[in-house]
Amino acid sequence: MKPRHGLLAGLARHFVEELADSLEAEQLAARAGFLQALDPRAKLLAIILLIVGASTARLLLPLAGLFVLAVVLSLLSQIPLASLVRRVWLVVALFTGLIALPALVLVPGEVIVTLPWCGLGVSRQGLRSAAFLIGRGETCVTLVSLLVMTTPWQQVLKAMRSLGVPVVVVAMLGMTQRYIFLLVQLALQMFEARRSRVIIAPDAAATRRMALAMLGVLLGKSLQLASEVHQAMLARGYRGEVCLLDEFQMCWCDWLVLLLALAVCVVMVLLK
Amino acid sequence: MHIPDGYLSPTSCAIAYGVALPFWLIACRRLKRRLHTRLLPHLALFSAFCFVLMMFNLPLPGGTTGHAVGMAIAAIVLGPWAAVLAVSVALLIQAVFFGDGGITTLGANCLNMAIVGSFVAYGSYRLLAGRSAPDALRRVFAAGIAGYLGINASALLAAIEFGIQPLFFHDATGTPLYAPYPLSVAVPAMMIGHLGPAGIAELVVSAGLVAYLRRSSPELLGGMHPEPAVARKTPRGLWYALAVLMIASPLGLVAAGTAWGEWGADAFQDAAARQAIRHASANIAPPSQAPAGLARLAEFWTAPLPDYAPAFMHSETFGYVLSAFVGVGIILLAYLLISRFVGGPRRALDPYR
Repeated sequence: MKPRHGLLAGLARHFVEELADSLEAEQLAARAGFLQALDPRAKLLAIILLIVGASTARLLLPLAGLFVLAVVLSLLSQIPLASLVRRVWLVVALFTGLIALPALVLVPGEVIVTLPWCGLGVSRQGLRSAAFLIGRGETCVTLVSLLVMTTPWQQVLKAMRSLGVPVVVVAMLGMTQRYIFLLVQLALQMFEARRSRVIIAPDAAATRRMALAMLGVLLGKSLQLASEVHQAMLARGYRGEVCLLDEFQMCWCDWLVLLLALAVCVVMVLLK
Repeated sequence: MHIPDGYLSPTSCAIAYGVALPFWLIACRRLKRRLHTRLLPHLALFSAFCFVLMMFNLPLPGGTTGHAVGMAIAAIVLGPWAAVLAVSVALLIQAVFFGDGGITTLGANCLNMAIVGSFVAYGSYRLLAGRSAPDALRRVFAAGIAGYLGINASALLAAIEFGIQPLFFHDATGTPLYAPYPLSVAVPAMMIGHLGPAGIAELVVSAGLVAYLRRSSPELLGGMHPEPAVARKTPRGLWYALAVLMIASPLGLVAAGTAWGEWGADAFQDAAARQAIRHASANIAPPSQAPAGLARLAEFWTAPLPDYAPAFMHSETFGYVLSAFVGVGIILLAYLLISRFVGGPRRALDPYR
């Protein structure tokens, strides 16, 4: 009989990978690199502008140029390419590639190659369409990853606040991110506690029941924790108004980066 | 179903943000008013729970695996408006922190899953659960079906968003610039997966969690929350406005001619009416006789108050006012009957709603 432990072991592995990735991002954000030195507000806005530029690009060559720019930025920021390959490029290539592949034959147009074993024709339009999809996906996710890998989460939140995101949303995002890791840890502990007490591998139905019970406990704990956190916040003087300290300083190089990103975005929109 | 960057055009993304924005604002205002200081910790913790729930890959009947979004359980426990915010925050963190779903497409993802998914799931749950007790088995089935319908409504909307891209956004050579598949491909491709494993995962998680809560914390399934501190405002102003509108309804008699497209079958035979139709339709002459389908269906139903003036009424103005009162009365009666069957005391008692 096929062992069923793999499914929950996969869940645990997923949790651990998320924690490890987050820890790695914290370490990368502490390095002395180009993006790390920028003001978080300028960096966030510049990355958003570049993503908008990648989304609006109507030609493949400028899109490829934007991807190269993202790679150069990662090298200047001491982000190891191996980390990008593992966390971003392979995942996006697999996911988007799977979706884009049928476009080669499904998008009608000028046939450039006929596949020998099935007689289907690969169209030029299909090829370009798949290239657009993969190129945009790789470029945008690389840019977002650069932001997250070079900026501590709390600074991303403060930058969002500076850019006009409501303070309640920013505070909520900060608390949510913190408690995600707590809940993940709780789930892992429940999983390990259960696994250490069983001898026979549970079947799919038992695994499902166990996972649902774990989720139920997590839900209960989340709501209980929310009440406790609320009481703790009230005890510390919280009256419904959130105040965030804002100690950022923009220098000339932040403005320059912002202007360059804006220029790239405008060029992408105008190029047809 | 998390749409990454590059699959939707900037125009589609902007429209999605535009549609989602009022929902976010209304949800923020409603919840801030009702929860006040509890808003932040409760929504943050529930968003974190939704995020973790999305990471659980469940073994499903049939040998496959799948993960739920949690929109249904969020809507059932917190109510639809809180679910909108909780799922939106979870989606934002997934997009920014873990690269799952795009930044430009965040509005579309929130619209599909957090807004449409939550409201469809909540509506279905309320409809199916009715006024059953919090620990009734009926609620488990209702939650399962609500989850299934919620995620499939989200998937259908996402498929439509994908499917319209090649129609509107392509270059001069016909190359689709964003999602390349038309509706005929995108809808079946999305729906097969969501009517199958993904829908079943949402069904199993929603039903399973409600079954768990039914035993452990039935108070979370409604009816036992304390009365909110904020008093409910009676919409007195709206009633006055409605009364003024009803009394002013004969103003419609001042307008000349008939509304475009509201002609009866006999109007095609009448010379004056034909002239009016021609005049209102950019000088295109109407057919000499009423279309067969129109003539057949015109016989199907005879209104009890034709043209807002029953035959026994001598004053047309009074007929209008009477029709307005009768119409509003029927609508109110229908609303009260629907609320009696669908709604319940829980709506007014739950502080999240």
